[in-house]
Amino acid sequence: MLRFIVKRIGLSILTLTIVSLIVFLMTSIMPGDIAKQILGRDASPEAFEIWNKEKGFDKPLVVQYSRWMGGVLTGDLGTSFQYEMPVGEILGPAASKSAQLAIVALILIAPISILGGIVAAMNRGKKVDRALTVGGLSAAVIPEFVWAVVLILVFGVAIRAFPVSAFPDEENPNIVSSVYHLILPSIALLFVLFGYISRITRAGVIEALDSDYMRTAVLKGLSRKTAVFRHVLRNALLPTIAVIATQVPYLAGGLIAIERVFNYPGFGNILLDAVIARDFPLLQTAVFLTGVVIIVFQLIADILFAVLNPRIRQKVTE
Amino acid sequence: MNTTPTLELRNLEVAYTVRGIDRQVLRDVSFAIAPGEAYGLVGESGCGKSTAAFAAMRYLPRNGKITKGSILFEGQDIVDINEDAVAKLRRSAISMVYQNPATALNPTIRIGKQIAEVFELNGVSSSDAMMMAEQALTRVQIADPARVLRRYAHQLSGGMAQRVVIAMALASNPRLLVMDEPTTGLDATVEAEVLDLVRELRRDTGTAVLFISHNLGVIRNMCDRVGVLYAGALVEQGATSDLFSNPSHPYTVGLLRCIPRGGLHKSTDRLDTIPGTPPALGLKFDGCVFAARCALADDKCRTQLPQMVTINGAHVARCFHSDKASSLPRSVEQIEYAPQVTGHSTKVGDALLNISHLSKVFTQDGHKVRVINDVSLTLGVGETLGLVGESGSGKTTIAKLLLGLTPPEEGGVVTLDGKGLAKTLNRRDVADVGAMQIVFQNPDQALNRRHSVTRIVGRAVERLRKFSLADAIARAHELLSGMRVEASLHSVRPVQLSGGLKQRVAISRAFAGAPQLVVCDEPTSALDVSVQAAILNLLVDLQKQDKTSFIFISHDLGVVRYISDRIAVLYLGRVVEFGTSQRVFSGPFHPYTEALLSSVPNIDGSTRKRIPLTGSVPSPSNPPSGCVLNPRCPRKAGSGYETLCETEEPNLNEVEPGHFMRCHIPMAKLKQLQS
Repeated sequence: MLRFIVKRIGLSILTLTIVSLIVFLMTSIMPGDIAKQILGRDASPEAFEIWNKEKGFDKPLVVQYSRWMGGVLTGDLGTSFQYEMPVGEILGPAASKSAQLAIVALILIAPISILGGIVAAMNRGKKVDRALTVGGLSAAVIPEFVWAVVLILVFGVAIRAFPVSAFPDEENPNIVSSVYHLILPSIALLFVLFGYISRITRAGVIEALDSDYMRTAVLKGLSRKTAVFRHVLRNALLPTIAVIATQVPYLAGGLIAIERVFNYPGFGNILLDAVIARDFPLLQTAVFLTGVVIIVFQLIADILFAVLNPRIRQKVTE
Repeated sequence: MNTTPTLELRNLEVAYTVRGIDRQVLRDVSFAIAPGEAYGLVGESGCGKSTAAFAAMRYLPRNGKITKGSILFEGQDIVDINEDAVAKLRRSAISMVYQNPATALNPTIRIGKQIAEVFELNGVSSSDAMMMAEQALTRVQIADPARVLRRYAHQLSGGMAQRVVIAMALASNPRLLVMDEPTTGLDATVEAEVLDLVRELRRDTGTAVLFISHNLGVIRNMCDRVGVLYAGALVEQGATSDLFSNPSHPYTVGLLRCIPRGGLHKSTDRLDTIPGTPPALGLKFDGCVFAARCALADDKCRTQLPQMVTINGAHVARCFHSDKASSLPRSVEQIEYAPQVTGHSTKVGDALLNISHLSKVFTQDGHKVRVINDVSLTLGVGETLGLVGESGSGKTTIAKLLLGLTPPEEGGVVTLDGKGLAKTLNRRDVADVGAMQIVFQNPDQALNRRHSVTRIVGRAVERLRKFSLADAIARAHELLSGMRVEASLHSVRPVQLSGGLKQRVAISRAFAGAPQLVVCDEPTSALDVSVQAAILNLLVDLQKQDKTSFIFISHDLGVVRYISDRIAVLYLGRVVEFGTSQRVFSGPFHPYTEALLSSVPNIDGSTRKRIPLTGSVPSPSNPPSGCVLNPRCPRKAGSGYETLCETEEPNLNEVEPGHFMRCHIPMAKLKQLQS
């Protein structure tokens, strides 16, 4: 097991290195002269030169890259052009905001979607199943920002049940208020992810329901309900857990559209600002950290999957 | 006799709804099983055996329903009782053992908990239940039950998994045990152990058993009475010995004649087949269900439904001509096959294949595992070499090495017709590839399902014989027709063919390159006995005409004995005995061969003492010291060679001309021990 984890972490580091290279090169070849953008069109050529020198843009790419990566690894994430503040101080709070949204959304999405999938599978081919499947799919094809706008119009403006902003105005909002503000964006995300997660759950449950061991359980004399609880769910939810884990980075890594619509100061909002302002240090690091989040959660998903499935666990230990 | 039967099916009819139409799968089936009795149901696939078994458990697929008749358990009709009552019956009175023990166990729950669950259902506390689970495992004679409790299903061998399933089934002390093909897919030695266990448990518990099997030998050895099912109808029933000694329905007669039973050999006996194919699911009949395939059928058979007639006491058959059944005309198919035009002009018996010092080492998690250990064999033109041994003995690996699908270790040489073959397939030229071909166990997976039959065979002809496309297609049609794949089927895809026809296509493909040697890896294991007989006949005919040699791999010793001229017995990647078929099967035997042979349930009913192999096959990554068989050897103890057996690996010695054996015990001593 340990060997498996070490191997997986090694692979993750390799992937992250490649990601960092791609991120670095892409931002480097972005069109437009950064100095001009930052200093303004009217600045003198000398000023450009001094600025470029100061920021290190006159150095070869290799040096620029190693300087950036070296900084990231030692905790120095650079200084934002735009805010003239350490990148870490900008991204830290934003990441925490994004994480809050992701947690609330996940707590709402995971149980509802899994339950939907189980109900659909147990009523395979019946009306309930079709309603859940078609409904879930229909909801998923509508982008989250459209849902966001619809939800704001209905619950925020018309009914006034929920605030239109995801971020409380108060100085030090308490946890209830914070969560309350995050419910509408979470529902928008639920609409997008429900179809996907419930379908995976449904497929897993159906496979387990049709399995020989389920037949054994029923023929042992277990009631259908008990058999489903004891023998089907654990096996059926394995793939679902992995799928949910892979969706976490999508939720935590900055939901640009949702954060914009709900005016939420999370990772996605910062990212978008950084692109528009050509704030390279901020952009590079933000994108790279998104990659880190995705890969870390993929790693967690893999390990979870291995721990829950004795067959894989054993293969891994051997 | 006034006791209530444990199970009674009365005029039972079951239908499956397929595409909105009810298709009848059981037709007016009636039989009864007395307390303590073992009742066997036999028949080929699709005849309704498993449906009858699951109906007795009140467990039919979602589209299945009981349309008529009743199922009485101890006198009480269970057709209409509710789910709770059914669950209660299953908890306390009826249990089942399944065909696939490995998948019947939950992969994510420890064995102990799965067995304990049965006790808990019956109100035992969970700590007591775990203790009782251990006792249940002890009862099925599993080694180290405490450890097995903590294992998961995938950590068990097939035989152990089946013991666990049996332990689980017996946990509730059932009055009826339904066993659906409980030993199919297990090695002969493991099968024999499981059957011994079932017999013992039956003696101890007096449980009534409904035993389903396609294997007539197993049924004969296990059951008091037998019912024969065909197309969902019970066509014959009687005490096992009566039915086997005097089969009175043409279908039963045909089934028994298909089997390559003891002593038959291709050189003198041709196997019978049952002409035609079983009827499609749910077909309606005016007369006898078997009429279309019966050589005795007349107009009456086709228009009137025959009733059960009494043959002798309780022995009954549903046939108008039961008195003539034993004189059923023999049905032997002949092939119409144009001989291959090839340059080979060697004569039968000349050396064709020479394998010398073949070894194969796999690396598994950093450990070297020697799966094939210094195998040397020879085979003549037009001869068949049978490879036998338990699973894991290396049969299939040898086939792969020969075909160049995996390269042998340094020093291993394969010579075909005097020419050394390259180690890997991609380094062999087209002629060499065409000269050695393979037929797999499962034609479903071996044939490209997107290609037509003509294309599958034609492409092989085009590649291997360098024919033009038109010539290749013509030759493909010739081959296929010769193998009795009708012209109307040449343009269809494999999925539209039955298992037997698919295997004929696979054989046609293997013969596309006019091969000198064809490796047949369990070619008939997935087929029904009547189809198996037809395929074996086909292979024998091909061999006679083309002087083709075969390497025949099978776990069915009857089949191997029938078709082989030479036999190599493998154990743990080593040849332990090699010689002519006649020598190997007549003894004195290598102790391993002896144990293998004695584990085969005999269809002629002769009882023979089983020579058990104790324990399970050791891992090739850690073979025992000395002779690899010594920890399990039935003849080591008392032979006087114990120390030698445990310290030194014996060589493969020529014990008599052409007969090789890897054993320290001399022939004379073996002969004495085995007499």
